[in-house]
Amino acid sequence: MRAADALFRSLEAEGVDHIFGIPGGANLPTYDALVDADLRHVQARHEQAAGHAAEGYAHASGKVGVAFGTSGPGATNLVTAIADAMMDSVPTVFITGQVRTDLIGTDGFQEADIVGITMPIVKHSLLVTEPEHIPEYIHEAFHIASTGRPGPVLVDVPQDLARAEIDYQPRTEPVELSGYKPTVEGNLKQIRLAAKAMANARRPVIYTGGGVKNANASAELRELCDSDKFPVTSTLMGLGCFPSDSEQWLGMLGMHGTRTANYAMDEADLIIAIGARFDDRITGKLSEFAPSAKFIHIDIDPAEISKNVPAHIPIVGDVKLVLPKLNREYQALQTDPSRLDGWWSRIRAWQNEYPLTYEPGTEGEIKPQLMVEMMHKVTGGDAIITSDVGQHQMWAAQYYGFNQPRKWINSGGLGTMGFGLPAAIGAKVARPDEQVVCLAGDGSLIMNVQELATAVNEEVPVKVFLMNNGFMGMVRQWQELFWSERYSGVENGPSPDWVKLAEAFGAGGLRCEDSADLEEMMIATLEHDGPALLDVRVSPRENCYPMIPAGNAARDMVG
Amino acid sequence: MASTDMVRLEDLHAGRSPLSGRKHVLSILVENKPGVLARVAGLFSRRGFNIDTLAVGPTEDPEVSRITLTLDGAVHPIDQVTKQLHKLVNVLKIRDMEPEETVAREMALFKVSAAVENRAEIVQFAEIFRAKIVDVSRRALIVEVTGSHDKIEAFESMLRPHGLLEMVRTGEVALARGGD
Ligand SMILES: Cc1ncc(C[n+]2csc(CCOP(=O)(O)OP(=O)(O)O)c2C)c(N)n1
Ligand SMILES: [Mg+2]
Repeated sequence: MRAADALFRSLEAEGVDHIFGIPGGANLPTYDALVDADLRHVQARHEQAAGHAAEGYAHASGKVGVAFGTSGPGATNLVTAIADAMMDSVPTVFITGQVRTDLIGTDGFQEADIVGITMPIVKHSLLVTEPEHIPEYIHEAFHIASTGRPGPVLVDVPQDLARAEIDYQPRTEPVELSGYKPTVEGNLKQIRLAAKAMANARRPVIYTGGGVKNANASAELRELCDSDKFPVTSTLMGLGCFPSDSEQWLGMLGMHGTRTANYAMDEADLIIAIGARFDDRITGKLSEFAPSAKFIHIDIDPAEISKNVPAHIPIVGDVKLVLPKLNREYQALQTDPSRLDGWWSRIRAWQNEYPLTYEPGTEGEIKPQLMVEMMHKVTGGDAIITSDVGQHQMWAAQYYGFNQPRKWINSGGLGTMGFGLPAAIGAKVARPDEQVVCLAGDGSLIMNVQELATAVNEEVPVKVFLMNNGFMGMVRQWQELFWSERYSGVENGPSPDWVKLAEAFGAGGLRCEDSADLEEMMIATLEHDGPALLDVRVSPRENCYPMIPAGNAARDMVG
Repeated sequence: MASTDMVRLEDLHAGRSPLSGRKHVLSILVENKPGVLARVAGLFSRRGFNIDTLAVGPTEDPEVSRITLTLDGAVHPIDQVTKQLHKLVNVLKIRDMEPEETVAREMALFKVSAAVENRAEIVQFAEIFRAKIVDVSRRALIVEVTGSHDKIEAFESMLRPHGLLEMVRTGEVALARGGD
């Protein structure tokens, strides 16, 4: 069998039903084999977008997302998506074409050392040197991408090797790698210790991150939190894993989190970190972060434990396996939930004093926060929302109110503008029965707007709600607040005409400039047959609050 | 009912300080595959860890290579370094060598300008350090010495005043004492 055909047999064996990509010279054999493959290829318009679509697919489904690119520029175009998947631990496999083996190292046409270029931003990479290795490498790639702490794996396939004939035997045994054995169970002694510490805490906070989503452990998290009505907060990446309509929910924490969540961290005596990594957007000034707290840190990646904040009780393991054990140990202690009453009344006082609010707009003005609230209303609060990067992203996190996991898909670690639209396409492909809406920024959307062509041509009916403030809003906000209002490079100007642009792509295009029309226009956009874009003209200079200025402590929140 | 006051929060302590304050020798077994050294070296530079010495070579198993590297535990959190290394799929085993239980050796070659009147003295040094003169020419000698890092440093400082023309050091290699 031709190695390229074996590549697809291996992908099929991994259960791949969709791939995203663009062909070129070096991956012609693969694209030839694709003709006979039993999966759907979604032809993106830029490899970066193919990569983000694979990420969106993975976020929405929990399965491995797959993107294809050719050698050289095709591969380098994938780099941003690979870095994004690394930062947010997204299970993805990137398969690139490479020049023929006799040309490697000669600066051949469209040669780029993509394995070398991506080395710092992949979980692992494999350069095929023998055609027989292709099936084995594909299985290894899927195994590594999807187990332990998930992440991107690159497989670079030289053109001549993809064309070679090999003796293909379907793989029957699971992949075994001697240098790769994630610890999943969690040490029971440590878990017992953690349960006892929780039982003795008077001001505990459960701080969750994207690891809960990756572990599909929302139900397990819920049970643990409910055992004694623990207060819960989450990072941007973990939103939805714990329902925002619960009484125990404090809101998101960190730079644009709620005051309640940040103040609770500040005064906590015990912080139970679950699948979260104490990123600087969470801790602010490290030396003043949660000064009275002891830390239980549960994570599948041992390197995250004590990386930024020293853990008192480290537990390495899969959150899905550790949380039920922790809950069992905790229940056995028969604690008295009323010991948390004082803590809860302190928290309720913050919630009353500092709810998330904004000044209502003037007649007809569309406040960005109102736009997000309206999105919640028209989607019933349970659409899959993808987003770009900027103020709109933070407002979505603050105001949409996510109640289920895998419904909030954004670029957290890398903060990649232009992520939203391709990610929405990937999510919609993975979950065709779900409403998928991209909340876009006007600065971000244009970075991958070509994907409207993908959505139209491939008949992927995503909706784009564009929060159009005319600015690189988040950067404008920082220049206003921290750079003496010396605005530089943040005005987006009148171009493009988004409605015409959407229409030019063959998508629906609508515009809303009056808050009175917002609900109706949003519904019309959702009801449009096929992909559609709604250009919403929001207050141009609204700032996103509250906020902890970079490098400050939770106590120093402003706005 | 189990006692819950067995673990008072005040009694919990975070692990020892991440900085050990001493030199560490890490012995890393890796798969003998192309690019593995680049992955290890790249990880160090990306995380801002500075390698003091590095030696790479085969092991008794042709599919496995050993990377021995030294780094300063006064500036680098060794725990974090080894955890990050463990995440590399091609890294099979890492040992942070305990100084007392380790045989560590380095080899160096020194080229010294040796006028005839100096030679006797250099030969004498070499004897004391059990070094070997491995090349003799009209103007220079090459001396080979093997030993601990400190011994080589000491030998170097003896030779320097005599006109050290060039030197090369391998970086330490190490094995744990005993049978395991
Ligand atoms: C690819 C990329 N380039 C630059 C930035 C820096 N940046 C962060 S937010 C932002 C502005 C985003 O503008 P827009 O999409 O309109 O969102 P808004 O903040 O206005 O809601 C920029 C330029 C980035 N995050 N990503
Ligand atoms: Mg904007």
